[in-house]
Amino acid sequence: MVWEAVIGLEIHAQLATTSKIFSGSPTTYGADPNTQASAVDLGLPGVLPVINQRAIEMAVSFGLAINAEICRHSIFARKNYFYPDLPKGYQISQYETPIVAGGSLEISVEGSTKSVRITRAHLEEDAGKSLHEGFQGRTAIDLNRAGTPLLEIVSEPDLRSAEEAVSYMREVLGLVKYLGICDGNMQEGSFRCDANVSVRQQGEHGLNTRTEIKNLNSFRFVQQAINYEIQRQIEITEAGNEITQETRLFDDRYGETRSMRSKEDAHDYRYFPDPDLLPITLSVEFIERLRDDLPELPKTKLARFVKKYNLNETEATILVQEPETARFFEAAIKIEGAQPKQVANWIIGDLFGAIKKSGLGIVDSCISPAYLGQLVARVVDNTISGKMAKEVFLAVWDSDLSPDQVIADRKLRQLSDSSALESIVKEVLSENTEQVEQYKSGKRKILGYLVGQVMKKTQGQASPKLVNTIIQDFITQS
Amino acid sequence: MNDTFPRTVAEIMEGLRQGEFSSVEITEHYLKKITALDGELNSFITVNNELAIEQARAADRRRSLGKARELTGVPYANKDIFCTKGIRTSCGSRMLADFIAPYNATVVERLDREGMVMLGKTNMDEFAMGSSNETSFYGAVRNPWDRNRVPGGSSGGSAAAVAAGLSPIATGTDTGGSIRQPAAFCGVSGLKPTYGRVSRYGMVAFASSLEQGGPLGVTAQDLALMMNVIAGFDPRDSTSINRPFEDFTRKLGTSISGIKIGIPKEYFEKNLDPRIAETVLGAINELKNLGAGITEVALPNSPLSIPAYYVIAPAECSSNLSRYDGVRFGYRCKDPKDLNDLYCRSRSDAFGAEVKRRILIGTYVLSSGYYDAYYRKAQQVRRLIKQDFEKAFTKVDFIVGPTTPTTAFHHGAHSDDPVAMYLADVYTTAVNLSGLAAISIPVGFVKSLPVGMQIIGNYFDEARLLNVADAYQSVTDWHRRLAPFPV
Repeated sequence: MVWEAVIGLEIHAQLATTSKIFSGSPTTYGADPNTQASAVDLGLPGVLPVINQRAIEMAVSFGLAINAEICRHSIFARKNYFYPDLPKGYQISQYETPIVAGGSLEISVEGSTKSVRITRAHLEEDAGKSLHEGFQGRTAIDLNRAGTPLLEIVSEPDLRSAEEAVSYMREVLGLVKYLGICDGNMQEGSFRCDANVSVRQQGEHGLNTRTEIKNLNSFRFVQQAINYEIQRQIEITEAGNEITQETRLFDDRYGETRSMRSKEDAHDYRYFPDPDLLPITLSVEFIERLRDDLPELPKTKLARFVKKYNLNETEATILVQEPETARFFEAAIKIEGAQPKQVANWIIGDLFGAIKKSGLGIVDSCISPAYLGQLVARVVDNTISGKMAKEVFLAVWDSDLSPDQVIADRKLRQLSDSSALESIVKEVLSENTEQVEQYKSGKRKILGYLVGQVMKKTQGQASPKLVNTIIQDFITQS
Repeated sequence: MNDTFPRTVAEIMEGLRQGEFSSVEITEHYLKKITALDGELNSFITVNNELAIEQARAADRRRSLGKARELTGVPYANKDIFCTKGIRTSCGSRMLADFIAPYNATVVERLDREGMVMLGKTNMDEFAMGSSNETSFYGAVRNPWDRNRVPGGSSGGSAAAVAAGLSPIATGTDTGGSIRQPAAFCGVSGLKPTYGRVSRYGMVAFASSLEQGGPLGVTAQDLALMMNVIAGFDPRDSTSINRPFEDFTRKLGTSISGIKIGIPKEYFEKNLDPRIAETVLGAINELKNLGAGITEVALPNSPLSIPAYYVIAPAECSSNLSRYDGVRFGYRCKDPKDLNDLYCRSRSDAFGAEVKRRILIGTYVLSSGYYDAYYRKAQQVRRLIKQDFEKAFTKVDFIVGPTTPTTAFHHGAHSDDPVAMYLADVYTTAVNLSGLAAISIPVGFVKSLPVGMQIIGNYFDEARLLNVADAYQSVTDWHRRLAPFPV
């Protein structure tokens, strides 16, 4: 029997607003517990929510970027349930009328592309955090996160494998980062998802009973959890048993999913329109202004990089993955002589290596785009050799000096003056007549040895390419 | 008791301006009356003896510096539903018996800014749910006209305090009649403003889409003066409406000749005490004498307002009251054995029967499978009721009828029959469902108990509404009658 997985994701992207969705409290991550919770976030009696306009703009930008319909008249609803980290006893969300409906996003897996339909994206507030450890068996509540704006992005069940799910999630992540509406920090929980998974025989069209895996906050967990769940469901079905519709939790210690609550225990959320908030009404002008303000999106940028800068698909894909990388690249090639292809290789190679080693992000890179550009330009104009450039790179990384300063300080100039080189070459050739004869008799490999001797005499400052040419000229002339 | 001090806001303002007495003196006068009489009346939950004097001193200082505003130094009573920084806000419930808000309601902020003096926090039905003030955790309030009767609710403490002369004016809130019905029962004037006029920020929520804060006082003029203080746009309340400042006294004293008044026949049918009908028709005749044209209007959907109201209000209540879970503030049961026990016992112990009833009804009407039949249907009915009014207001300027079907009833009269209690609001809830403005003013007595007449105005038409009420009060003295309390 050939099985097929049917997967849909509900992605929660924390919107990068400076204040919360319904209060003026800051949203900074990592503050002391409950120091970023105002009377509104605490749900004290009589306080009222006021919508943060930035959150609306961000949701609309997302909708425009996925070619969705922007709802001109959307409504906030209350989702009612009791939990200690849900201060009001309800979450303000959107239910019947989300702000964004019916878009799509293209993903590629193993070279082929497919379009994933996005059912809806709606605004809601995050809950606080319950801390179960370190309080002598009691539970502590931190409401700093309560009221943080979230965009919940719900896909259709269009994904057919864990790989597709991860690819889709990466695509959404890239998009929200490009739009500047989410910092995408998965470790801090700024970007996480719930996965709805079911299996069916290939060729079948209906949807079978699904399970929902909650709160996956890394690509690896998404992959592991979905694969585990697919396997589990296949085994149950093949054994002739029924899948139970339920909510499951992924335990990353064991790489498995476990039942959290079944459908029977599911809450009746008693959604109804929040009477404290007016419907969000958007004018056509407002939407069009946001459309005009949309940044260049990853797909367009990739195509442009390939065409304009002569990069190959792989290079361009890597460069556009993070908007900061693309920005770094385009800033570096502004420097005169910084050849784009070489800059790309330096970013993907040495720069990524150094960044990884230091544990920094590209925005904190110890070498600025301008300096990287300058470094590449010096290689291109033959001032220094590629080998020297690596030395210069490390020196610049560890200091505040520019590549030009490092080159000057260390007298790293590559000897590119042929007259000066010619005398050294003559010297070397006269000292190594045996090798010259060997070369003449056809042993061409010996040339490398001769070049090496010249390099030695020039303490590595000569351009190997130039030395090569001069030696060949001399030998053929003699 | 020394009653040489005036009773109305307008007179107190004048006295303060003329230097006939200081704010400290008038405040002391009212505090003394509260001390002497409120033990029996029970119209206050908290009396601010010290703070009120402090505020009065500040008001006098401000006046001496020439920086007094119109109502600076005038005492008022504040319904215990408006959050007051540093002073307990109980909302009539055991749940909030120890709750001290770290912020002021916008209404309180505005009253503070004006320099008014808060005598105390008045008694009310628990979380404003009730029409008799008997659901208060802090005990029933007596009606100053008959101590064995209820003052109405939920702003019963405010109405009783004004009627007994314990405060010249008071704040109230009106979700289904909670200002107008107690005003009628206690023989005072009460205004329910247009939805969106008065900020709800810091007003403990019961049914958000229905309620508005407003004043209860002796005269329509006083209500207008108070509205100038408390009304206005508030960016902290999304349902607050951004309109330029309006002087609510601007129409007072102008002729009402030529205004058109509509009488809905539905408001004079079966439930109404015929003696009240007679009294109200007499008052309408008085308006006719002042030059008003009287016509009949139809509000065919008005019989549906009580059922619609008692679906929508409990639905919102069930959600609004979820925050009282014993976790962050308010009452928490002793030694909960787990989370569920904490929720169940905290809420079971600290909410009274009426609040629990409404939470249960509200939870039911919103639950999956019943939502369409109840909540959605009620919202459809609400639109029909609103359309009735919109249609009527194309023909008339005001709609006039009785405020309540009966006069104040005895304590305990409806304790076992919640529906009979709900019918006390039969003429008032439609106004909340529609978001309109309405006023209740005293127009006579039936067996020594006050009768209220309701005048319903169009959206944002408070100034004219107050003009009509004031015109009536300028030719009658029902509103000036003093309750026989203490008898």
